Amino acid sequence: MGKFRFMQGNEAMTEGAIAAGARFYAGYPITPSSEVAETSSVRLPQVGGTYIQMEDEIGSMAALIGASVCGKKAYTATSGPGISLMSENLGVAMMGEVPCVVIDVQRSGPSTGLATKPAQGDVMQTRWGTQGDHSIIVLSPSSVQDCFDLMITAFNYAEQYRTPVIFLSEEIIGHLREQVIIRDPEEITVVDRARPAGDPKDYRVYDHSQGLAPLATFGSDYIFKINATMHDEKGNPSANQENCERIVRHLSEKIESHVKDISIVRRYNLEDAEYIIITYGGTTRSALSAMQKGRDAGLKIGVLQIVTLWPAPGAEIEEVMSSANAVFVPELNLGQYISEVQKRNPRNIPVIGINKTNSKPIFPAEILEKIKEVAD
Amino acid sequence: MISDYLLEEKLPLSWCAGCGNGIILQSIMRNIDARHWRKEDTVICTGIGCSGKADDYTRTNSFHGTHGRAIAFSTGMKLANPNLHVVAVMGDGDGITIGGNHLIHAARRNMDIVAIMINNLNYGMTGGQYSGTTPRDSITKTSVYGHVEDGFDVCGVVKAAGGTFVARGTVMDVVQLNSLIGKAMDHKGFAFVEVISPCPAQFGRNNKMSAAPAMMQWIKDNTVSVAKAAGMSRAELKKKFVTGIFEDRNDQDDYYTAYKKIIDRLGGEENE
Ligand SMILES: Cc1ncc(C[n+]2csc(CCOP(=O)(O)OP(=O)(O)O)c2C)c(N)n1
Ligand code: SF4
Repeated sequence: MGKFRFMQGNEAMTEGAIAAGARFYAGYPITPSSEVAETSSVRLPQVGGTYIQMEDEIGSMAALIGASVCGKKAYTATSGPGISLMSENLGVAMMGEVPCVVIDVQRSGPSTGLATKPAQGDVMQTRWGTQGDHSIIVLSPSSVQDCFDLMITAFNYAEQYRTPVIFLSEEIIGHLREQVIIRDPEEITVVDRARPAGDPKDYRVYDHSQGLAPLATFGSDYIFKINATMHDEKGNPSANQENCERIVRHLSEKIESHVKDISIVRRYNLEDAEYIIITYGGTTRSALSAMQKGRDAGLKIGVLQIVTLWPAPGAEIEEVMSSANAVFVPELNLGQYISEVQKRNPRNIPVIGINKTNSKPIFPAEILEKIKEVAD
Repeated sequence: MISDYLLEEKLPLSWCAGCGNGIILQSIMRNIDARHWRKEDTVICTGIGCSGKADDYTRTNSFHGTHGRAIAFSTGMKLANPNLHVVAVMGDGDGITIGGNHLIHAARRNMDIVAIMINNLNYGMTGGQYSGTTPRDSITKTSVYGHVEDGFDVCGVVKAAGGTFVARGTVMDVVQLNSLIGKAMDHKGFAFVEVISPCPAQFGRNNKMSAAPAMMQWIKDNTVSVAKAAGMSRAELKKKFVTGIFEDRNDQDDYYTAYKKIIDRLGGEENE
C-alpha cells in the first residue's frame, strides 16, 4: 500500500531514486533543484549510500559516471546553467554507455535567467545538448506522484538501455507540494542492468552483436575499458571508418528502435475530442483544467500528455493528428516541442502554439481562449 | 611481471621518440606490479592528451573520459568502491589547467586516489600551445613572442589545498621517480606526483631543444632537490624544477573513511 506523505516534487524525486536503488549522488546546488541535493544528503547515508557535493556540475557528471561504472546507480540534479555545464560529460555517459539519471528542474532562461521562475526552455537542449549524433531518453513529470514513480522508470530505462536518462522537471513541479504515495518495495518494479556471465576473458564491453552488451563492474572479475573516444568492441580506441559508422548508428538505434517500449503518454477524453491539447510537464495541469472547463461549456476537448518527451512518441502523436480538428500545444517556451507535432500532420489541420516566456505559468483560461477562437 | 600489466601487442607506443610518457607509464606499471594489485581491482583513469593515451597500453581496467576530468571520474569510482585502486594519469593541461578545480578539491577532500600529472610544460597533443605550467618567456605555438605568464608551482598548489602526499620527480631520475610513485600508491589519502617530462616534438622544438637529449639535459640542468632548494632564494628558484617530497602526512582521514563514520552512525547498511 505504501505510505501517504505530503511533500515537494524535489523531495519525492529523492525518494523515487532511493526506491529505484540509487545509492550515489554527486551534484552542485542550484535553484530550483537544490532540495533534491539537500534531501539526498540526508537520505543517502541512511541507506548506506553516498552524497558528495562536487566543485561544479562538470565534476558532478563525471563522478556520477565513475560511480555507475563501479556498480552504483547514480543521479544528480541541476537546472539551466548546470545542465549546460553537464553537457560535455553527458556525452561520456552516452558514448561510454554508462547508465545514470540527470534531473533538470527547469527554470526561466536563457543564461542565468530567473532562478526561481518556471519555464520549459530546455526541451531541445536535453535532446541535443551534447555534441554529435545520439539519442536520449527524457521523461517529464506532471505531479509529485510522478516525481516518485517516474523516477523509478527513469532508472529502469537507464539500466535497461545502458544510457543516461534525463528527468526533465520544472520549477512548477519541483516546488509543488501535494500528497504522494511512497510505494512499498513490493509494489514497484526495479530493473538492474544486465551483468556479464561468461568467461571474463571473452567479455567485450561494447560488443552489441548479440543485443546490448551487458555492463560489468570495475572491481568484479571482469576487466574492461570504458572509452568516451571512438572505440572498438573491447573499448580500445579505433578510428576505423566502418566501426565509427556502426557506433554512431548504434547509439541512436539502441533507443530509437525501442520507441514503443519507452513511450509513455496519457490520454484524456480523446475518443470524441475535436480539439486536442498536446502537452507535457507542469503545463499538463493547466491543460486538464482547460479541458474540464471547455467540456462544461460543451466543447469536445481532449488532452494527450507526453511523458516520454524523447524519443518522441511518434505513433501516439500521429493517432491524435488523424482525428482532431485542431491541435493546441501550450509550452512555457517559444515553441520547442511543437515541431514534433507539425511534422506529423498529413491532414494539415491547424496546429496552434500557446507560448509564454514571462516567467508565469500558462493558465487554463489562456488555453481555453485559444480553443474558443478556433471553435467559433 | 610488468608484462602482466602492459599490453605488449600495442607496443611500440604511439608517443614520439624521446617523449617521457613511456618512462612514466613503465614506472606506474612497475609499481603496481610490485604491489601485486589485482588488475581487476585497479583502474587507470586518463584525461585527453598524449598522456591520456596511457590507458591504451594497460591490462588493468581503464577509463578514458574527457579533457581535465580524470580526477572527477576517479572520485566517483573511489566513493562507489573504496577497495579499488584508482590511478588518475593526466597531462598538465588536464591536471592543473582545464582541470585545476578538480585537483584542488580532491586534495582538500583528501580523496584516496593516486594522481599522476605528467608535466611536459605544454599541450603536446594539440600541437604545442601554452598551458598553465608553461614557464615565462617560453616559445609555444600560441606564445611565439615569448610567454608573459608564470607557470604554476603545481605541488605548491596541491600542498596548499590540503593534499596529504605531494611530490615531484622527473623522468631523468627514474630511481627517484619509482620511489615517489610507489610511496604515492602506499599512501592512504590524496597522493599527488608531478613528473617533469620532455616533449621534444613540441615544447623542445619551439625552444631550441628539438633533439631529445638536449631537452633532457635542460631538465637535468634545471632540477634541484628539495633539500638544496631550501637554501635558495625565490629568484634563484625561478624556472627551476624542485624535486622530492613536499608533503607526507597521515593526520587526516581520507574522504570516505570520514563519510563512512556517518553512515555507520546512522546505521545505514552499505549495499553492494
Ligand atoms: C574541453 C576540451 N577542450 C579542448 C580539447 C582539446 N585538447 C585535447 S588534448 C589538449 C591538451 C593536452 O595537453 P595536456 O593535458 O598537457 O596533455 P599532453 O598532450 O601534453 O600530454 C587539448 C587542449 C579537448 N579535448 N577538450
Ligand atoms: S607531442 Fe610531446 S608529449 Fe606528445 S607524444 Fe610527442 S613528445 Fe610526447
